[in-house]
Amino acid sequence: MLSHVIGKKSNPVKNAVERGAVKKFAEAIGDLHPIFVCEETGKQSRYNNNIAPPTFPRVFEYGTIEELELPAKGLIHGEETFHYERPLIVGEEINCYAEVKDYYERKGKSGEMGFLLLKRYGEDLDGQLIFTEEQVVIITEAVRKEMMV
Amino acid sequence: MNRLNVLEAGESLENVTLSPVSRMDLIKYAGASGDYNPIHTIDEEAERAGLPGIIAHGMWTMGNLAKLFTPYYEEGFIQDYKIRFQGMVRLDDVITLQATLADKTDQHLHFDVAAANQEGKHVIKGTVVFSQYE
Repeated sequence: MLSHVIGKKSNPVKNAVERGAVKKFAEAIGDLHPIFVCEETGKQSRYNNNIAPPTFPRVFEYGTIEELELPAKGLIHGEETFHYERPLIVGEEINCYAEVKDYYERKGKSGEMGFLLLKRYGEDLDGQLIFTEEQVVIITEAVRKEMMV
Repeated sequence: MNRLNVLEAGESLENVTLSPVSRMDLIKYAGASGDYNPIHTIDEEAERAGLPGIIAHGMWTMGNLAKLFTPYYEEGFIQDYKIRFQGMVRLDDVITLQATLADKTDQHLHFDVAAANQEGKHVIKGTVVFSQYE
């Protein structure tokens, strides 16, 4: 059903690792550690600045993948993988984009399920990779039927 | 413990048990992450989706679990963090965060990580590769 979007990418979107957003996010995961939020601690650290928690890239915008239209409700998040070359530094700007890596269907307990593998990328402004995020999204039969209408 | 690299395979970080999950926790996470899927915050929407009530964002639990490693950013960073979402986290659940060193090389510490609910069931489970600086 979604096989035709495999390999499609979004156009990169420039994002900033905003200090206020990092603080709000750290608070929301119960991790207001000084390495994330205290400027003095950041300056004295090996990073010379504060860093962002590893799951922070959820906050970024990655642009739109053409022809990939997913419903706002009913999707199941199956797996999530982050890979980092280095931590994200507070204040830096990064380019983010997303790609459909794969899509396949399997028969499961609740009927024919779709598995969508999305990969997101964050690069510095020179094009060097900082992180990738891979997400397995499960599309249940009920939701697939709605999408086909 | 002040340093991760003194751990031997089979040893664990100290578990962290969170306060019972509250609606406010999930409202805050929705706001901070931008994930406003209403099954995480609005009872009627959760019920309409066939759920027993609102459930936590899987990424809320995954975000919490990573904090076991936060005190150690001077000696390294989380290079790889892989999670499978295995069970729902409901309001008032008491979640315990766990990490056990599975294997170590000169540069990398390989951990098995999980978050368990009050019944001991793993709601998320996966691995962390912690990359150590020279």
